[in-house]
Amino acid sequence: MTIAADVLDRHGLTPEEYQRIVDALKREPTLTELGIFSVMWSEHCSYKSSRVHLKTLPTTGLRVLQGPGENAGAVDIGDGLAAVFKIESHNHPSFIEPYQGAATGVGGIIRDIFTMGARPIALLNSLRFGPLDDPLVRRTFSGVVAGIAGYGNSIGIPTVGGEVAFDESYTGNPLVNVFCLGIAAHDEIIKGVASGAGNAVYYVGAKTGRDGIHGATMASAEFDEKSSEKRPAVQVGDPFMEKLLLEACLEVMKSDALIGIQDMGAAGLTCSTSEMGSRGGAGVEIDVSLVPQRETGMTPYEIMLSESQERMLMVVKRGREAEVEEIFEKWDLHAVRVGEVTTDGTLRVRNHDEVVAEIPNRALTDDAPLYRRPMSEPAYISEARQLSLASLGKPATPPDAFGRLLASPTIASKRWVYRQYDHMVRTNTLVLPGMGAGVVRVKGTHRALAMSVDCNGRFVYLDPHAGAQLAVAEAARNVACAGGKPIGATNCLNFGNPERPDIMWQFARAVEGMGAACRALDIPITGGNVSLYNETDGRAVLPTPVLGVVGLIEDADTVVRRAFRAEGDAVVLLGETRDELGGSEYLEVMHRLIRGVPPALDLQREAALHRVLVEGASSGAIRSAQDCSEGGFAITLAECAIGTGLGARVDLQAVASTAGFGDIATLFSESASRVVVSVAPGREAELLSLAAREQVPARRIGVVGGNRIQMAIDGRMVIDEALADVERAWNTAIERYFEPARAIA
Amino acid sequence: MKFAVVVFPGSNCDHDAQYAAQHVLGQQAEYIWHKDTSLEGADVVILPGGFAHGDYLRTGAIARFSPIMAEVQKFADAGGPVLGICNGFQVLLEAGMLPGAMLRNRSVKFQCEHVLVKVEQTDTPFTTACRSGQVLRIPIAHGEGNYYAEPEVVARLEKNRQVVFRYTNAEGMPTDESNPNGSVANIAGLCNEQRNVVGLMPHPERACEMALGSADGLVLFESAVRSVVNGVGGHFSRTVAAR
Repeated sequence: MTIAADVLDRHGLTPEEYQRIVDALKREPTLTELGIFSVMWSEHCSYKSSRVHLKTLPTTGLRVLQGPGENAGAVDIGDGLAAVFKIESHNHPSFIEPYQGAATGVGGIIRDIFTMGARPIALLNSLRFGPLDDPLVRRTFSGVVAGIAGYGNSIGIPTVGGEVAFDESYTGNPLVNVFCLGIAAHDEIIKGVASGAGNAVYYVGAKTGRDGIHGATMASAEFDEKSSEKRPAVQVGDPFMEKLLLEACLEVMKSDALIGIQDMGAAGLTCSTSEMGSRGGAGVEIDVSLVPQRETGMTPYEIMLSESQERMLMVVKRGREAEVEEIFEKWDLHAVRVGEVTTDGTLRVRNHDEVVAEIPNRALTDDAPLYRRPMSEPAYISEARQLSLASLGKPATPPDAFGRLLASPTIASKRWVYRQYDHMVRTNTLVLPGMGAGVVRVKGTHRALAMSVDCNGRFVYLDPHAGAQLAVAEAARNVACAGGKPIGATNCLNFGNPERPDIMWQFARAVEGMGAACRALDIPITGGNVSLYNETDGRAVLPTPVLGVVGLIEDADTVVRRAFRAEGDAVVLLGETRDELGGSEYLEVMHRLIRGVPPALDLQREAALHRVLVEGASSGAIRSAQDCSEGGFAITLAECAIGTGLGARVDLQAVASTAGFGDIATLFSESASRVVVSVAPGREAELLSLAAREQVPARRIGVVGGNRIQMAIDGRMVIDEALADVERAWNTAIERYFEPARAIA
Repeated sequence: MKFAVVVFPGSNCDHDAQYAAQHVLGQQAEYIWHKDTSLEGADVVILPGGFAHGDYLRTGAIARFSPIMAEVQKFADAGGPVLGICNGFQVLLEAGMLPGAMLRNRSVKFQCEHVLVKVEQTDTPFTTACRSGQVLRIPIAHGEGNYYAEPEVVARLEKNRQVVFRYTNAEGMPTDESNPNGSVANIAGLCNEQRNVVGLMPHPERACEMALGSADGLVLFESAVRSVVNGVGGHFSRTVAAR
């Protein structure tokens, strides 16, 4: 049989890749085999464009128990426990069908965590949408939030934090990145391996339907006006089924009867059988006629490629089958034996007695195509980096800019979002959403874990190398503000079409920057996800390499939140403000501009700042801490006060800038490595000397108290607003798009 | 004394209730699987929050048919204290052990946030340690917590003093702004006529330690302990008889 060009095209395979398949098999593939190759060699599963770059990231460290290559990474958190975590994207499905796309993204990342033997205890998400005045964007945004809520709430894992940002470039291609963290005992971590010839291969969970066929291939192509026709390729989630799977799997894992287990996510049964076999140096043989099916007349091709949700593949030790089956029976789930482990390193798929596919595992995994795609600096870069403040005309007044920035959806309160997420279930949440990094305690220990997901796409757009470093620094800084020492990270790299040299250049530069920053801050990356082809009609999203950082807090009682605590506390600014408005929220909100050079970052200074924050938190000297990011110092000060009933009065040193822009730069520059902390009056000297020891610039700038937010520059008052007005602007900016009547009242 | 926490498939606050009773309060707390047919000598039964059976039908509609529910009913009939939290409250409504039904929140969205509830009755096994009129800060987390009952049923509940918890402001006034979900008469929780079965939408088990933002919910568990120590059936049947 020969495969026609249009069939290849529909499978997203090039003629060269087809030839490679023929060479690997030493014959023409069957249609089922072609389907299997197409999903395993898709960008989503094979990382064929990104692998050469990802290999340069730091992935090892004293605490790393599991690096990339498994379902999730794991780091040691003491007491014989491990934090198991990963982030994953569900961008493409979430645009096509927001609710189910986002919901199944949550379901997928949760499975990755409990597959490792860990009980998931926290979710975060990093979301990007177009501007909210577009009704289609509002529909996508509310659908995604409802989908995340619908799945996470039902399964009972709290969504404890995250970030949401808005930019024109995400209008036709939202980003939905979901992070999950679980806890496992070191000796209970289980892997996705198949080994031991003759051991039974079990299928458990939901039945297989025709949903999601070629989801991985879809996620590896750009969008155009016909994308909505791809809706059938989005799966439908069933959080209740997943809850049963989660409990049943964790119970089975305690029994020591499993060799390995893997979830069926992207590329379903195909990916789980070939990857488990490949990792264990074994083969897997299955009979698709034994696979529980939801629909009639499904072909082997469809069964192998289905991405129906809530399914797991397990290899059970010989002689322990009855025990395993009994546990699943208890949870009203049926574990079905569909095949066994072989010694020949081959994925063999039978339909009853007929062999419909026979492929060496290596051809699907390790020997998948690997591309060094051509790259070149994008044409826009040199022009976009030119920023002339003088050409912007007269700068806004500080109060005007302050008011508009507070109401910018990227900066404003995300209460409308997180109120829909159950963020307290499991009773571990020490820091509520909107109060800083997500922090959960680890029951049975005195420790807590802080986590944050961050990226400023504008900085990456203007300078991918610097922008990715700034993302690492910000995520780690957020964790350190809570008192957590950063101990590991996971990344989700969202970019456009890698076949375009300018996109590939952004990607390569960003990965280089991310690697350098993680090395300097000693934060190994233990896994993650790459999402390419984030484009609609040829327009790419802002390059958005999101980093999720996990930090360890030794004493859960010393957690620090963003909010001021007491009247009379000193306000101290750690770090230095410079004339750095490039890529700022100020330029975006006031001038609709993404221009200039991102703020400079000194990684050694950043690391020193983190040491001050962690030590200041554990000693109790720091009573509140909030880092300066979008909107600069002025917004950070407001965030420290909002919700506390406590205002603040500060006096800043002027920053020299282009004529007329001095006040704006002082207040709204987004200089890196800065944190606003509050300190009890008696402990000010202690904090300042700690900062001096680490050579971190620190200056007492004012005092907590009153009911106004007052900012002066060199003694001259520039912003003086009632705290209540500041809160109203910040609290209602997103809500007013959805509940106009309530927000006005 | 011993708490029993019933685990339905889809329960997800079972661990939290068990933790509050055992680790915060220092009492014994055991899980009871919904297919079991014995409460194993428990002194207090808790139906926890979650999404029993996925709640794809009406909330709690399937859980009421679980084998353990016959035992819970018997336990309650004998005067044993039963607390339904959130989904557990919904199960009690579906099982007919408490009157009324739940509608979707008037926001038509899931809502998770701290709210204020006033304790109006202190003669139930879960409120004996409260002061009458005490306002508690406890979180809610539900999509269907908009309590509804026919006007005559609400009137009967009020007359019999069966409204145990009401959403109010800090001054204890049941205003519309303090009603998070649209519940009729701001009802957050109620008891049966015998006063030993109590259901509420807010989650007291999430508010048992200051580290979590509030310890106001602990008083419900402390009340249960005090009630049992004072003699479960006896104390409460006497209360009923006295009325």
